[in-house]
Amino acid sequence: MSAELLLSADRISVALGGRSVLSDVSVALHAGEVVTLIGPNGAGKTTLLRALLGLIAPNAGRVAMRPGLVLGYMPQRLTLDEALPLTVGRFLALAGPLAAAGTSAVAAETGITHLLDRPVQSTSGGEMQRVLLARALMRAPQALVLDEPGQNLDAAGQAELFVQLDAIRKRRGCGVLMVTHDLHVVMAAADRVICLNHHVCCTGRPEAMRDHPEFLALFPQGLPDAIAPYLHHHDHGHLPSGEVDSHEAGHAHAGPTHA
Amino acid sequence: MPEFLLNALLAGMGVALVAGPLGAFVVWRRMAFFGDTLAHGALLGVALGALLHVDATLAVAVVSLILALLFLPLERQRALAADSALGVLAQASLSLGLIAISLIEGARPDLLAALFGDVLAVTHADLAWIWGGGALVFWLLLAWWRPLLALTVSEDIARVEGVPVVRLRLALTLMIALVLAVALKVVGLLLFSALLVIPAAAARRLSATPEQMALLASALGALAVIGGLGASAVIDIPAGPGIVAAAATLFALVQLARLVPRSVKQA
Repeated sequence: MSAELLLSADRISVALGGRSVLSDVSVALHAGEVVTLIGPNGAGKTTLLRALLGLIAPNAGRVAMRPGLVLGYMPQRLTLDEALPLTVGRFLALAGPLAAAGTSAVAAETGITHLLDRPVQSTSGGEMQRVLLARALMRAPQALVLDEPGQNLDAAGQAELFVQLDAIRKRRGCGVLMVTHDLHVVMAAADRVICLNHHVCCTGRPEAMRDHPEFLALFPQGLPDAIAPYLHHHDHGHLPSGEVDSHEAGHAHAGPTHA
Repeated sequence: MPEFLLNALLAGMGVALVAGPLGAFVVWRRMAFFGDTLAHGALLGVALGALLHVDATLAVAVVSLILALLFLPLERQRALAADSALGVLAQASLSLGLIAISLIEGARPDLLAALFGDVLAVTHADLAWIWGGGALVFWLLLAWWRPLLALTVSEDIARVEGVPVVRLRLALTLMIALVLAVALKVVGLLLFSALLVIPAAAARRLSATPEQMALLASALGALAVIGGLGASAVIDIPAGPGIVAAAATLFALVQLARLVPRSVKQA
């Protein structure tokens, strides 16, 4: 790919608590591309993200970041101590002075405007995922790093989030690196898939992965017959606040088409 | 008002004002035990000051800053061992301090004053320490408020956003050590962490934003100083414990006040 290189790991190894978690792993994220990281639990996916972000130092190898790169990071989870009185709006504004102008715009983009005045601790798991995504967007990042953005969401919520993510990426043109377990997202949205199990098992375009044994091994039930994003029509949609939105004709879902 | 009481009031107010926002961070970051451990170690500073004939506050400040640096790795880890390790260090350094004081020949420092404070005996030099140190810490907290808050909420996100997390965490620890040194005359080392934690904890229920909680903690702390010193003057109780008892009373009142409107609504 000729696009500009944003983030890269070059043959890194990481050991945590004496145990080798990553060995000889190389990945790269370019401007405008979506790279998905898949792999079994405990494969080192989060560790790889943290090393790329500079949160942990690799024991060997090199991590590089384009100079001046603005990063957005959505961690797997965040629990806030009850002792800290903080509204969602203030949580977003903590991203810094770069952010101040955009709080309402980012909240609208991620569908959390109705949450801005609520205490962070009162948000549900699914709401918190959107809040974390919004925080990651606050500094207008050129690279978005997302650790399982779809968790805590039901199937419909996940599909909606990924459609939203896709729209955000197209609008902003940022590179996206995400860990996901959702095969349909991998197939529908990714430019490149990295299959990780302490080392890079295989990597390539999603459609090229279908015959790879190590990729298939992640999905013991087998791949669905056909995998494609599809549009179907609901007789109503839901606004982010949960109200029924009768004007919405339907929304896109990334899901299997059943043969 | 007699001058010693006025000085005590000024000293208590100075400490309470800075203890508000600093105590809020201690509560948010669960550093209460860390502050307590640091305070126990302060007795070593008292002993050292007497041995070397250095100003007690200066000696405590230096020793606390050094201990803060040594203890810092413990505050970072959230493992089970962290609180046990702090517990060991707290009692060990208190014992070492007591031993060091017992070894001093001639005029030994007043142990009761070190443990529980002696606010009615503050000097003008003490006042200068309290208001100087307090103003410095207050100003630093104000200057770094947003990044400190950001790293309190999530160190990972803050780091990715470019906040110098390690330096700020160190700064916060050193601020606690400095306030400890200047507060020693007011409440003593055994009651120090109470002065940080109780007003902030009392303010929590009444606050909707971090800033409200920090300022309210200052106000409640100042109220506790007035209450404690007032009680001390009227019914002759020790001033330091009086201040902490007053703060605890305020805390209890806030909890009760929260219950009342709810039961009224239900009725």
